[in-house]
Amino acid sequence: MKMKRNELWQLIIIHFKELLREPGVLFWGIGFPILMAWGLGIAFTGDKETKKDIAIVNFGEENKLSLFLRDHAAMDNHGRYILTINDQVFGRNLFRFEPLDSLDATLGVKRGIYQLMIDDKGDSAVFHLDPANPEARLLQLQIATLIGERHEDDTFSGANIIPLEVKGTRYIDFLVPGLIAMNIMMACMWGMSWTIIERRKGNMLRRMMVTPVHRQNILLGLMTARITMNFVEAALLILFAWLYFGIQIQGSLAALIMVFVAGNIAFTGIAIITSSRTSNTEVGNGIINFVNMPMMILSGVFFSYHNFPEWSIPFIQNLPLTLLADSMRSIINEGAGVAAVLDKTLIMSIIGVVTFGLGLKMFKWY
Amino acid sequence: MGTEYLIDAKGLHKHFKKVRAVDGVDFSLAKGEYVALLGPNGAGKTTLVEMIEGIRTPDAGEILVRGRSLNEDKSALYGILGISFQETRFLEKITVLETIRLFASFYKQPDEKIGKVIHLVGLEDKKDAYTKNLSGGQRQRLALGISLLNDPEILILDEPTTGLDPSARREIWDILLKLKNKMGTSLILTTHYMEEATQLCDRIIIMDKGRFLAEGSLSSLVGRMKMPDVAFFTVEGKIPDDQVIRQSDLVIEWDREKGRGKCEMKNVATDMPLLFAFLEENNLRLIDFEHTKPSLDDVFLSMTGRRLSEETE
Ligand SMILES: Nc1ncnc2c1ncn2[C@@H]1O[C@H](COP(=O)(O)OP(=O)(O)O)[C@@H](O)[C@H]1O
Ligand SMILES: [Mg+2]
Repeated sequence: MKMKRNELWQLIIIHFKELLREPGVLFWGIGFPILMAWGLGIAFTGDKETKKDIAIVNFGEENKLSLFLRDHAAMDNHGRYILTINDQVFGRNLFRFEPLDSLDATLGVKRGIYQLMIDDKGDSAVFHLDPANPEARLLQLQIATLIGERHEDDTFSGANIIPLEVKGTRYIDFLVPGLIAMNIMMACMWGMSWTIIERRKGNMLRRMMVTPVHRQNILLGLMTARITMNFVEAALLILFAWLYFGIQIQGSLAALIMVFVAGNIAFTGIAIITSSRTSNTEVGNGIINFVNMPMMILSGVFFSYHNFPEWSIPFIQNLPLTLLADSMRSIINEGAGVAAVLDKTLIMSIIGVVTFGLGLKMFKWY
Repeated sequence: MGTEYLIDAKGLHKHFKKVRAVDGVDFSLAKGEYVALLGPNGAGKTTLVEMIEGIRTPDAGEILVRGRSLNEDKSALYGILGISFQETRFLEKITVLETIRLFASFYKQPDEKIGKVIHLVGLEDKKDAYTKNLSGGQRQRLALGISLLNDPEILILDEPTTGLDPSARREIWDILLKLKNKMGTSLILTTHYMEEATQLCDRIIIMDKGRFLAEGSLSSLVGRMKMPDVAFFTVEGKIPDDQVIRQSDLVIEWDREKGRGKCEMKNVATDMPLLFAFLEENNLRLIDFEHTKPSLDDVFLSMTGRRLSEETE
C-alpha cells in the first residue's frame, strides 16, 4: 500500500506515545493532583484529633488558670496538664499546657513548639502570641473562651461557632480549581518548555529541522498533544472531586471550557518564550522555576492571596495563574457564567498570544 | 558554469570569539564523490559541515549548492541532503520504527520506504526497540538510516563512527560503500580515523586549526610529502660493518644482536633491487621481510608535528 503519513499527525502521536510511556508523566499529571486534593481535602475537612501545645509561665497555687487546670485537667507523665474537649464542630481537641519558666517558654515559642505562651498572673492571664499568626489567634480565642465557658460534661458550647456547609465554601472547594490551574501551568512549563529545551540540547530539534518538515508543525504537534493531555488531567481531577468530595460545577460549562482554553493559551505562550533560546537544561530548569515559583507562592493556589499587602493585590490578581485559578473558582464555586469571566479570559489570551509571538521571533530552531 | 559541482564554497570563515573555527577555506564536492574531512578534535570539521548544512551562518564566504545559494530555498535543499550530526539524542521511549516513520512523514515517503531503510542499515531485529536501548553502533545506523530516507544526492556525516568498535565501524563502512556503488551518492564525511578516510573516500582533506593543510587522494598526499617507504627485515649471516649501500644513498640501520635491519626508500622501484642485491652480496639470508607505506598519520605528523588522534585504534 502506498501510504504516506501526515507529518503533523505523526508528530502528535509521537508526543502522545512519549507521554504515555513515561510513568512519571502520568503520575505527576494525574495521580499527584488527585492525591494532593485528597490529602489536603481530608486534612482540612475530616474529623480528627488536634493537639495544641501551650507554654504556661508562673504556674502557681493562687493563679486563676493554674487553679482551673488543676481542677479540670489530667496530668501526663511529662508534667503537662491535658485538657480534652469533644466538640461537635471541630472534633476532639487536646490542649496540652506545659508549665515552664519564661526562658524555656520563650525558647519553645521561637522554635515553633508552642504557638501560644500564657503568663498566669493571678487574676488575669496574659497571652503572648504573634498577632500575624492566624492559628495562634484562633488558639488564644479558644482558650479564653474555654476558661470562661467550659461545661461540666467536657463539651464545649459550639453555639457561636457555625461550621461552613454551604456549597463552595469548604477548603476543598477552594483548593480544587487552584489545583487544576496549577496543573495547567506545570504541564505547559515542564511538558512544553522542558521538552523543547531537551530536544534542542540533544540535537533532535535541529535534526528535524534539516528535513523538509514545516517548522510550525513541530510546535503544533507538541502543543496539541500537551493541551489534550491537560484536558484529560483536568477532567479526571474534577471527576474525582465530584465523586469524593461532592464538588459540582455550579456555573456554566461553556465558561469553564473557555477559561481552560485561555489558560492553556497563556501558559503555552509563556512556555514557548521561556524555551525560545536556551539549549542548556540547567538554565532551562532555572528559568522555568523562575517563572513558576512566584506564581506558586503568590497566586493563591493553596491559600488566599488576600493576606498579602494591599498594594500587591492588583498585581497578583493579574498574574496568569491567579487569573486562571480565580476564574475557575468563580465558575465552579460561585456559579459564574461566560460574561463574568470574559475579562480574565481576554487578559489570559492576550498574555498567551504576545508571549507566543515574541517567543517565535526569538526561537532558536537550530 | 564550467565543472558541475554539487557544492561549491569559497572563502569560508567562522570565528567564535577568539577561536577561528574555520579560517578561510574553499570547498567543493563533485557528483558521486566521497570526500573525507580528516582532522583532530577542534579542527573545525563540524563548524564547516554545519555551514554547508545551512544551520550555521558563515562570517564570510559563499556556499552554493547546485549553483544556488543556501538561503534561497531551505526546504528544497533539505530534500536533497541527508544529514547525520556528530550526536543526536533521539526520543528515548520511541522505537526505531516509529522514529523512522516520523522522519519518513517529513519527506512524504511511503511506508514501504521505511522497511527498505531499516533493511539497508540492518536494524530489522531492533525495529521495535526504544532508541534509548540501542548500542552506539545501532544508534549511528539509525541516524544513517534517517539520513537515507530521501535517497539524498549529498550525504553529510559528521563523525559517524567515532567511539564505535572496529566491527560496528565496518558495518557502517559497508553500508556507505554499497551506497556509493548502487546509488551514486556523494558524501562528505568528517573523521579522525585515517583508516576510515582511506577506505571510503576518493579525496581526503586534511584539516587543522580551521584550515585545509592538504588535499588529494591518499597516494598523492603521501607522494606530495615525499615520505619514504620503509622496509623492515631480519637476516641470518654476518652483518658487514659497512652501512651504506654502494651506488646509492640507501642506509641500513642495523640491530646487530637481533639481526634486524631497517631501510627507508624514497623510490621503491629502484631502491628495492639494490637492497636485495646488497643482502645477497653479503651472504645474508632473509628470514623475514616487511614493507610499509607511509600512513596519513605520518603525513599529518610531518605537517603539524602532532599525531592525528590519540584514540586511533
Ligand atoms: N558554538 C561554539 N562556540 C564557541 N566555540 C565553538 C563553538 N563551536 C565550536 N567551537 C570551537 O571551534 C573550534 C572548532 O570546533 P569544531 O568545528 O567542533 O571542531 P571538530 O568538529 O573538528 O572537532 C573548536 O576550538 C571549538 O571549541
Ligand atoms: Mg566535530
